[in-house]
Amino acid sequence: MRILIVEDDPVLRNGLQVGLGLHGFVAEAAESLDEARAALAAAAFSVVVLDWMLPDGSGLDLLPQIRACEPPPPVILLTAKDTVADRIEGLDAGADDYLGKPFDLDELAARIRAVSRRAAGRTSPLLEWRGLALDPAQRSISLDGVDVPVSRREFAVLHALMERPGTVLSRAQLEDRLYGWDMEVESNAVEVHIHNLRAKLGRSIIETLRGVGYRLGSPGR
Amino acid sequence: MNSLRTRLFVALLAITALVWAVAAGWVYVRTQRDVERVLDARLVEAARMVSSLAATGAVQGGQVRVPGADDELSHQLSCQIWSLEGRLVARSSGAPQERLSRVTEGFSETLVNGETWRVYTVPRPDVGLQVMVGDNLKVRRNLVRQVIAGLLLPAAAAVFALGALIWLVVERGHAPLRAIAETLRARPTSDLSPLPETRAPDELRPMIEALNSLFGRLQAARARERHLTASAAHELKTPLAGLKTQAQIALASDDPEVRQGALEQIAVSVDRTGRLVGQLLEMARRDAEAASPPSVEWLELDPALAQVAAELRPLAESRNVQLVLQPSGAELEVSPELLRAMLRNLLENALQYAASTVSVRLERAPQSCCLIVEDDGAGVGPEELPRLRERFFRGRGHNAVGSGLGLSIVDLAAVQSGFALELEPGTAAGLRAILEIPPARLR
Repeated sequence: MRILIVEDDPVLRNGLQVGLGLHGFVAEAAESLDEARAALAAAAFSVVVLDWMLPDGSGLDLLPQIRACEPPPPVILLTAKDTVADRIEGLDAGADDYLGKPFDLDELAARIRAVSRRAAGRTSPLLEWRGLALDPAQRSISLDGVDVPVSRREFAVLHALMERPGTVLSRAQLEDRLYGWDMEVESNAVEVHIHNLRAKLGRSIIETLRGVGYRLGSPGR
Repeated sequence: MNSLRTRLFVALLAITALVWAVAAGWVYVRTQRDVERVLDARLVEAARMVSSLAATGAVQGGQVRVPGADDELSHQLSCQIWSLEGRLVARSSGAPQERLSRVTEGFSETLVNGETWRVYTVPRPDVGLQVMVGDNLKVRRNLVRQVIAGLLLPAAAAVFALGALIWLVVERGHAPLRAIAETLRARPTSDLSPLPETRAPDELRPMIEALNSLFGRLQAARARERHLTASAAHELKTPLAGLKTQAQIALASDDPEVRQGALEQIAVSVDRTGRLVGQLLEMARRDAEAASPPSVEWLELDPALAQVAAELRPLAESRNVQLVLQPSGAELEVSPELLRAMLRNLLENALQYAASTVSVRLERAPQSCCLIVEDDGAGVGPEELPRLRERFFRGRGHNAVGSGLGLSIVDLAAVQSGFALELEPGTAAGLRAILEIPPARLR
């Protein structure tokens, strides 16, 4: 899941980027409104973690642009302003969730999962598809109740495909979900992960549409 | 006698009693004299009346009964008629046998049978008689005493009435004071609103005005304090969030490289947060001393600058910035603590943002002398320039270390020192901070 972090404090920005990376997210960071606008224009994000007070303005000013994205990513406001009035203002301005500083990294990760789940219109934390179950919080996959160990990247590929079964995702879209901007991407990385997933979950789990991309198929060994 | 009320009451009562006592003494003396004069006149009149009666031969001798009322004032006079040869011709009833006076004419006082008599004698040589009319002095004094007592007793009662009235008036007069005290006592500590002045008496108004002014200053100080506390809490939350996140990373990750990175970030953040706390405390101190700035003395500028520069050398070296101090040989009249706060924050700020050089120089002019700190960094946009002094304001190009308090502290310390801080774009680039010093404070 690709996440945009907008935070001006360098230590916290670094912490969020690294910490959310440990939780299996791909985190991009921006330190100002300008940088955040550029990032939003360049790529699609599943969730935006937004600081309220930024050196070049209020984080709330970014909300209209975030809403204009297709699909619009949910926004978690992260701020030191945490009186009830502040919370109401932030939520009314269009934020989906609100976390006062200092916060717990695990809680932030859980809230990111929760808002992205809600945004996808699901209520269960588990993604399920024909006997295949994916738990975003545990980062585990099971087939017919039996756990199947997968790597971090393999999990991310399957997660992306299971979020909208039947939708075709291009190789570039999958790479976006897997890697940050500063990471080297090997040209056949996505193919390798898909090959591994097919070996673990059966050949038909992922269908290849030549020249278009990939789509979720049916599991089976 | 610490009570104003008791003091006023006692003073008023003492004055009243004194005036009254003097008046009473005067009344006593005057009344005594008047009564004596009236009684003397009566003696004279009675003696003349009897002598004219005796001259017409109405008095034959023996005892004459003079009818009298039982009234105390009209007590019996005693009358004797003597022949010139010294024979008692007649006397009134109650008059003694002995001669009332040895004097042949006019007033005299005689001791007869142990009692003093005041006697008036009228000689009548034409009929060979002497008429004497006398008053017993003991009776007379009684009479005088009664008259005076009649006058003074109501006056004495009046003193007590006056005392009570004075007490009442003094009590009522202090009612507004008591009302203010009552209002203040009933107030919660948070209520620093001004007291109403409209209904207060003129004498209390200066005190109420002084109190209201004090309330105003206290309220302003409290508001500043509250704002600083709130801002401080707010400003500390972000670094705390950073610290917590990095600590959680260090705890959660198995990758030694990630852990190392997180620990380094923690170390950086602790330094920065420590600096922020130091500046917050400095700010709080400046605020607390706003009402009573620390005392001033003449200080040499060059050593003070050199000391601050030495403290900031690590920063200058880490940023690879040259600090150029132009010797001035000047002395400033300023508080050492305030001078240090101003120099340190000005230099630190300049060093943070300079590209390669920070210069410090003193320019002397007849009207105003300027200590100028200039850096050659990116500078500040014109729209942000006026906001630089705001607390916690960080410019667009601010770096990670800035707390947004440095220039606020300089501004506050400058105002407390009687100086002024001006900020303008530098000659080539960067920011020029000018500390204007009145010439009288520099030598």
